[in-house]
Amino acid sequence: MNEPTDPRRRRFLTNSLLATSAVLLAGCDRLSRSDTMSRLFDAGEALTQRAQRLLASRESLAREYAPKDIAPTFRANGTTNPQNEAYRRLAANGFRDWRLTIDGLVERPQTFSLDELKAMPSRTQITRHDCVEGWSCIGQWTGVVLGDLLAQVGVRDEARFVVFHCADRYHGTDPYYESLDMLEAYHPQTLLAYDLNGTDLPIANGAPLRLRAERQLGYKMAKYVMRVELVESFAHLGRGRGGYWEDRGYQWWAGI
Amino acid sequence: MRVFKTWLGTNSGQTPTVIQRHSAFTRVWHWVNAVCLLVLLMSGLQIFNAHPALYWGKDSHFDSPALSIRAMSGNDGELRGITQVGTYRFDTTGVLGVSGPRDARERRAFPAWITLPSPRWLAAGRQWHFLAAWIFVPMLIAYLLYLVISGQLRRRLLPRRREWRSIGHTLYEHLRLRFPKGEEARHYNLLQKLAYLLVLFVITPLIILTGLTMSPTMDATWPWLLDVFGGRQSARTIHFLCALALVGFFLIHIVLVLVSGVVNNLRSMITGRYVLLPKTAPETAPEKEARDE
Repeated sequence: MNEPTDPRRRRFLTNSLLATSAVLLAGCDRLSRSDTMSRLFDAGEALTQRAQRLLASRESLAREYAPKDIAPTFRANGTTNPQNEAYRRLAANGFRDWRLTIDGLVERPQTFSLDELKAMPSRTQITRHDCVEGWSCIGQWTGVVLGDLLAQVGVRDEARFVVFHCADRYHGTDPYYESLDMLEAYHPQTLLAYDLNGTDLPIANGAPLRLRAERQLGYKMAKYVMRVELVESFAHLGRGRGGYWEDRGYQWWAGI
Repeated sequence: MRVFKTWLGTNSGQTPTVIQRHSAFTRVWHWVNAVCLLVLLMSGLQIFNAHPALYWGKDSHFDSPALSIRAMSGNDGELRGITQVGTYRFDTTGVLGVSGPRDARERRAFPAWITLPSPRWLAAGRQWHFLAAWIFVPMLIAYLLYLVISGQLRRRLLPRRREWRSIGHTLYEHLRLRFPKGEEARHYNLLQKLAYLLVLFVITPLIILTGLTMSPTMDATWPWLLDVFGGRQSARTIHFLCALALVGFFLIHIVLVLVSGVVNNLRSMITGRYVLLPKTAPETAPEKEARDE
């Protein structure tokens, strides 16, 4: 028998240990992709959504902060400069030719220019942006209350979700999109914001218009919004999970 | 053979006293907990890896984190893992910041072998974390209620006045790895009681509440959470520290289970039966007896 310090023996032991843990970890990773686990994960997500909806009232507001709490620079994440031709042209012209379309299950489909949106009654709020990665950043947003816009176009009864179609393709993949249910869409702090910290929304943060849904995580708050569509179901969009990141495994309910 | 009997707590010829130490509920709770906490820890580290820095306050002051784990290129061009706590920097290459085989170093805060799932995969980490939390939290609430309603909290966990008087002695005996035997082992000693009370009533409630504080919907629902913990980023830091405390508890727990009669301890958490070790010749350590054979 070899001495305990024999390097071969030690290497064998180390390798066996590494191999065992690799097998275990690979098992866990396979499990993460299995149908059983994804059904359990979906059940957990449904439970979270229901529990939070039960506890949070319709009107419970996200905390609003004081001007002194505003972060010196608001961190930009995801796409920070869309490269597609159409968007570049709109940006070059200061978004004067940009139009927001609201259509789908509405009584009066409509388009709005940036000036038209800015002429509407606005709301300004200093809120905390929570990224799914874990960081937070405080900024001041001004925009149109989404509920006001929805009232203007007249939402039909069948509509259950508001979908936001965006100009950006993260890393050149599929178009970014997001969706909110009617409860979150009509929340008094849910805005389509065109102003950050008192100046026009910078391109890095979603110019000319981005969504603010203050009781949700950052990835719900679509940037570069081009079109708002009212739908009964989002199953036909993207991979059918209700958003760009949802299609890549993130929860549709991003309240946690 | 006698060694084995010592482990079982049945040496020295006396008829051992066998007690029913843990109820079925406690036993099931313990093992489900063990799995949940392992999943919560490993998936939590996966989530941490998505933004490996901690801050104090309402939001993230990106240039002055309280703790950060980063990868940096050293002078020799090799990747170094740098862990910074306040202004103190540590080279943690191989474990924190940079890990993996030497020829395929990876930039990641916590290494692949301790995160769930092991590759960088935040979405799945969150799914595991919340699923485990949905099992862990209701079970914990049920267990705390059970402790209170059954009277076990008062009978078994709340320290008695006379125990405080001998705290120095108990601590000294523990540090020498000499554990109560006979009738004394029938009940938890003061250190056990304090450890369990701290974990059950301080650390776990704290880790749950700080976890909830990270949820934007919960902050809108219960805004007091933000005030209690001094902001979402402080809550995230406290959440991490509580996890660290639970890892500490776990390590001490495992060591004590191993050195104070592992078979007896494990059996008491599986079947409930626990043998009170006879109180003979306390100065004879089990190893010494074994050598005498």
